Amino acid sequence: MISCSINGIKVQAEEGSTILEVAQMYGIDIPTLCYHHDLTPYGACRLCMVEVDEGKRTKIVASCLYPVKEGLKARTHTEKLIKGRKLILELLLARCPSSKVLQDLASKMGVEKIRFNMENDDCILCGLCVRMCAEQMGSGAVGFVGRGQKREVATPFHAASDICRNCGACMYICPAVNLQCRGVKHPGDLCNSCLVITPQCIEKYGQVTCTIESCGACVQKEKK
Amino acid sequence: MGKIKNKQALVTLQKSLLQQRDLSKPCARVCVGTGCRARGSLNVLKSFEDEIKKQGLASKADLKQTGCHGFCEKGPVVVIGPEETFYSEVESADVPEIVSETLMKGKIVDRLLYAEPVTGRKSVCEHDIPFYKKQTRRILFNNGKIDPTNILDYITVGGYLALAKTVTEMSSEEVISVIDKSGLRGLGGAGFPTGRKWRSTRTAVGDPKFVVGNGDEGDPGAFSDRSLMEANPHSILEGMTIGAYAIGANSGFLYVRAEYPLALKHLQIAIEQSKEYGFLGDNILASGFNFNVDIARGGGAFVCGESSALVASIEGKMGEPRAKYIHTVEKGLWNKPTNLNNVKTWACVPLIIGNGANWYSEIGTKESKGTAVFSLVGKINNTGLVEVSMGTPLKRIVYDIGGGILGNRRLKALQTGGPSGGCIPEELLDLPVDFDELNKAGSMMGSGGMIVMDEYTCMVDVARYFLDFLQYESCGKCVPCREGIKRMLEITTNITKGHGTKEDMDLLQEMAETIRDFSLCGLGQTAPNTVLSTLRYFRKEYEAHVIEKRCPAGVCKALIQYTILKEKCTGCGVCKALCPSQAIQGEPKKTHIIDMAKCVKCNACRDVCKFEAVAVKQKVD
Repeated sequence: MISCSINGIKVQAEEGSTILEVAQMYGIDIPTLCYHHDLTPYGACRLCMVEVDEGKRTKIVASCLYPVKEGLKARTHTEKLIKGRKLILELLLARCPSSKVLQDLASKMGVEKIRFNMENDDCILCGLCVRMCAEQMGSGAVGFVGRGQKREVATPFHAASDICRNCGACMYICPAVNLQCRGVKHPGDLCNSCLVITPQCIEKYGQVTCTIESCGACVQKEKK
Repeated sequence: MGKIKNKQALVTLQKSLLQQRDLSKPCARVCVGTGCRARGSLNVLKSFEDEIKKQGLASKADLKQTGCHGFCEKGPVVVIGPEETFYSEVESADVPEIVSETLMKGKIVDRLLYAEPVTGRKSVCEHDIPFYKKQTRRILFNNGKIDPTNILDYITVGGYLALAKTVTEMSSEEVISVIDKSGLRGLGGAGFPTGRKWRSTRTAVGDPKFVVGNGDEGDPGAFSDRSLMEANPHSILEGMTIGAYAIGANSGFLYVRAEYPLALKHLQIAIEQSKEYGFLGDNILASGFNFNVDIARGGGAFVCGESSALVASIEGKMGEPRAKYIHTVEKGLWNKPTNLNNVKTWACVPLIIGNGANWYSEIGTKESKGTAVFSLVGKINNTGLVEVSMGTPLKRIVYDIGGGILGNRRLKALQTGGPSGGCIPEELLDLPVDFDELNKAGSMMGSGGMIVMDEYTCMVDVARYFLDFLQYESCGKCVPCREGIKRMLEITTNITKGHGTKEDMDLLQEMAETIRDFSLCGLGQTAPNTVLSTLRYFRKEYEAHVIEKRCPAGVCKALIQYTILKEKCTGCGVCKALCPSQAIQGEPKKTHIIDMAKCVKCNACRDVCKFEAVAVKQKVD
């Protein structure tokens, strides 16, 4: 066992485990998007970044990949990290405004505004489907195609795949497409409904009928 | 020629080659590096062949094709031995005269000599020319002297002696400690101590081990690796073989981008030749040590110059970096210990082994030893390849070696380190060339690009240009790099169009810092450097765009307009004839005018006007 510290708390960890695994075991919440405990860590979403001390220097590393070492000191929620995570979420939300997973994270982390031009994409390129297909389903029917702005998840040559068994595992694991946030009415909206527990319709009771979406968003219709 | 069996045989071969060579025999060395080729040096070479044959001099004079001499501005370059007369901008028509006068009679053809632009003073030999005088050429020393396609040339200048010394007299630990002591740092840009890297690879657990030479130079404006690979491929191979011996590797890869066909060809020839002579392959110099090198061709992705992406590319995977919390020296190619160095670093190795660690470390600064190679480009008089000792002030490179700014304009900034580097303003020109000093100034050594910018360069536009390059070259794996650079490009483009706000500047700063800290690999981590350094040193220029909606350098099209100055225009009509959008009107010999509605701001009229009558003004609505 290795002893190290996270946010000043002394923790014990098995050799070879990552900071994220240890933090999760101790109930320390580090946000993640491209991480799944049954898939190879990928280190692409950069939400799980933590600060570690290495000698005299402080480094920012991806906790899903960084192996714990004896005496390691990690901090998971410094001002710099929170600011960076918010910006990353903002960037992702500008790309995929109606992803429920992103909207939920944004509410939780207190993203207040999206300062970029809005796009309307579905995929956040987290690579969960690619790894799911290859590692758990043993198929490898989808992969990344293209570079930079042209990067996308696709089958080879965009043709129907011979090895895809239509198992649906890629859809199951996708954080962006499966669950759409219904609370986004205008581009650039931050929904926040899931976190607002106070019923907003109470003052207008009698004039409206309320339904609550599965995600918690209120839908109000005026009574005729 | 069979394989060379031991060091003694190599020394004997070198001696006999030197004896065969008649030092007083006239010899024309024609540069066929890429720069001179583009200016027609292959025709010049052909003319030399024909002329020597025509004049019946085949037995009296030698002709040799060499790699890049470095002074690309003045190509094609021809050097005539034994007097070492240096001719620049040689054309085929000059060849008969050179052959009959210089080659045969030793007379100098005055008009082909290099003349200093300001004083007009002419120089006969390479070492008299200011461009070469202030340089310390070590890595590039043999570039213009040997035929890269002939191994005997390399052996004549002492090639492979260091390898022979290594495999016959030194233990691997001795080799590493010599490299360690020399203070050699990785010349690919990051400057990691080479000796330490080698030792880590040697002690890393895993077998087999690999060595890799990185020749995937992709920075806009950089061509130092290319010139070295084209001009002296054996020095790289020798260095890699020595390194492999020290590390305990038996195979290696040279990763060269496919856009460098000449480098690939010369390296391929060099590998075949050195195998033939027993410097590569099995049982090198009968020492029992085996080492083979394969060439891996890069497909043109900039990110593949990054070590972990390069490794993935050699493995046949997508050229994508991975987190390097476990270093490539422990788990690199196929998860085996891999030592990767830039080709320039490898080329330093034989020099250090041959001349000793002290010879290497006697020049340079406290933390950066030896020399640095720069590709000097941009608005500079002497474009070319420059090698200076570490610690040389930037000023000396720009003014003494580079001959100052084109058109005697004022220097605005120096961009070093390619897209990953930053812009160093004129005030910091006394800064010494040194890994750490450049880092402190917000730039970096990088792979040796040095772009000179004059007062007609808009720094916001420069930042926009590099962001555009990087968003195209980002692999797209991690979010800050893929999405962040795209958004920074959007914001800077907006600013150059005059739509920027002060909040945009703050947002740029915030994004730049986050992208630097949060990105996965070196590409993303250094991508904001141009933005950060221009915001730091040229904030006023951003403010001019944002607040006054004005481009001080007169570059950003949306913020400027062209006008013809009444007092200077002679009505010659050249601009009118050239204008692609027929925006210029005017009677012959009368002042012309530009129709703003039609003008596309292509700058063609300003370029072509001999009377400086076309001016750029701030746009008025």
